[in-house]
Amino acid sequence: MDDWKDFRRVFLTLASPGSLWMLIFFIIPMTFLFVLSFSSKAIINGETSTTAYAYFSTFDNYFASAGTSYLVLLWRAIWTSAIATFVCLVLAYPLALAVCFAPPRWRPIMLLLLILPFWINLLICTYAMYSIFRSTGVVNQALGLVGLGPYEMLNNTTAVIMGLVYVYLPFMILPLYSTIEKLDRSFLEASLDLGASQARTFWSVTWPLTLPGVITGIILVYIPCLGTFLTSDILGGPNNWTIGNAIQNQFLEANNWPFGAALSFILMYATFIALIIRAVVARRSKGVDA
Amino acid sequence: MSKQLKPGQGPLDYARRPWIMTLFAGVLVFLYAPIASLIAFSFNVDKSGVWHGFTFMNYVKAWHNEAIFYALSNSITIAILSTIFSTIFGAMTALALWRFKFPFKNAYEGFMTLPIVVPEICMGISLAMFFSYTGMMAGVRDWLWPFNLINIIFAHIAFCFPFVAVVVRARLQGFNRQLEEASKDLGATETQTFMNVLVPFMVPSLVAGGLLAFTLSLDDFVITLFSSGPGSVTFPVKIYGMVKRGVDMQINAASTILIVITLAATLLAMKLQAPNKSGH
Repeated sequence: MDDWKDFRRVFLTLASPGSLWMLIFFIIPMTFLFVLSFSSKAIINGETSTTAYAYFSTFDNYFASAGTSYLVLLWRAIWTSAIATFVCLVLAYPLALAVCFAPPRWRPIMLLLLILPFWINLLICTYAMYSIFRSTGVVNQALGLVGLGPYEMLNNTTAVIMGLVYVYLPFMILPLYSTIEKLDRSFLEASLDLGASQARTFWSVTWPLTLPGVITGIILVYIPCLGTFLTSDILGGPNNWTIGNAIQNQFLEANNWPFGAALSFILMYATFIALIIRAVVARRSKGVDA
Repeated sequence: MSKQLKPGQGPLDYARRPWIMTLFAGVLVFLYAPIASLIAFSFNVDKSGVWHGFTFMNYVKAWHNEAIFYALSNSITIAILSTIFSTIFGAMTALALWRFKFPFKNAYEGFMTLPIVVPEICMGISLAMFFSYTGMMAGVRDWLWPFNLINIIFAHIAFCFPFVAVVVRARLQGFNRQLEEASKDLGATETQTFMNVLVPFMVPSLVAGGLLAFTLSLDDFVITLFSSGPGSVTFPVKIYGMVKRGVDMQINAASTILIVITLAATLLAMKLQAPNKSGH
């Protein structure tokens, strides 16, 4: 690796477009959002201005967001995402295991089948879910043939969780697959040879060794679930709104930007806390991994 | 061992366990049934959820629906332009990270992956505010097409190029720098070495990264929704608007087209990235 000082011009040419872009379209907007979250609408000549803001004037946005109604939305995002992540893990682990232990010539096609939906637009997936589970959808029609229903399957928390699992399952399968694939099988064989049962082998050997992949999968699913607003909007309806919907609403309809900014920073803090937890757990599990 | 094991019954043949096979089939149904039904109903005669007969009418109608057509051409234009720039920026960033030691390198690297981890909605609204404060939101509205899409293109480059950088960097990791030395020993200049040795080595990752950027840009809904001003609608944003107004088989037809484009790009990228095709 070269020292950048020896090739200043090459280094600066290579590094500047990306850095500049990040500065202008990421750092500056994010800083601005951060500042705005401590601001309020300016009052000019006794009237509340629609465009001007008094910067760094208040903590109200955070306290207003800490009011119960918004805490409910945040709390709902946290636990809905947690359940969805758990369901993804429970489904994805055996599937990833099956793909890794399948005959080599089946492996690529099995993996492809499982992760192909990952490339289909989130909105289209959600709309597809919506159209088959709505009260006149295919599922209710099929139930109708055997004399059941129609049931109202949408506009509840289960529908939101199902939608999240549908969209984010591939995010769990991929990291699990890549960890289990690297797993040294002789450990499993040794454990089984020495008389441990399949269950014992799983919990004492396979699971601890693949924990890093599990953690990566959990983060990859949990973080986008936290910020979701499309799934809860289309499948859940207004009673199942999460913090993402509240942010969208503040910006597109209620037009209270400082409050929306505070809400989105609360979401960012939650995300960073999740990332820190992951880093801590990953470091601790290294002992087992080695 | 007293009993003879048949192939597939070994203790580690998890793929042949009946319960895992059932689960696998169940998950495939869960994953594909909604999409399959969406595609099937794009050929349905009327807009009820009941099958009434096969037709291409929805596609014809969607094609002649000016709003849909306009949104689709916007999306494709944005995707192509942001792919070109993200590929260039991503490749340059990857080269800088791969070749040089510099102060705060780890921090810089982490910082470059931030757009990948930050919730999309936060990035979307920060850009929305940025554009309206700098006057870019209103300013570009009346510009000539495709320049009126420039905000969306800027935003897309910002979240696509870090992905390209990750893909290209991974490929560069496997580059043998002795090839560079050999080239220079044989009298090639720095530029010639770069163009004839390093760039050809990077090509598969450039194509794969570019296609990744293309699908990300084409599919993006959240960031586009916020950073698009009035009048510049993209395809996913248009579909969202239609979904909010109710079910219509034109949505199915339009979605099917988008699915086909994305999957074609993805399968192409996978084929190009397959190890036996990329000269490993």
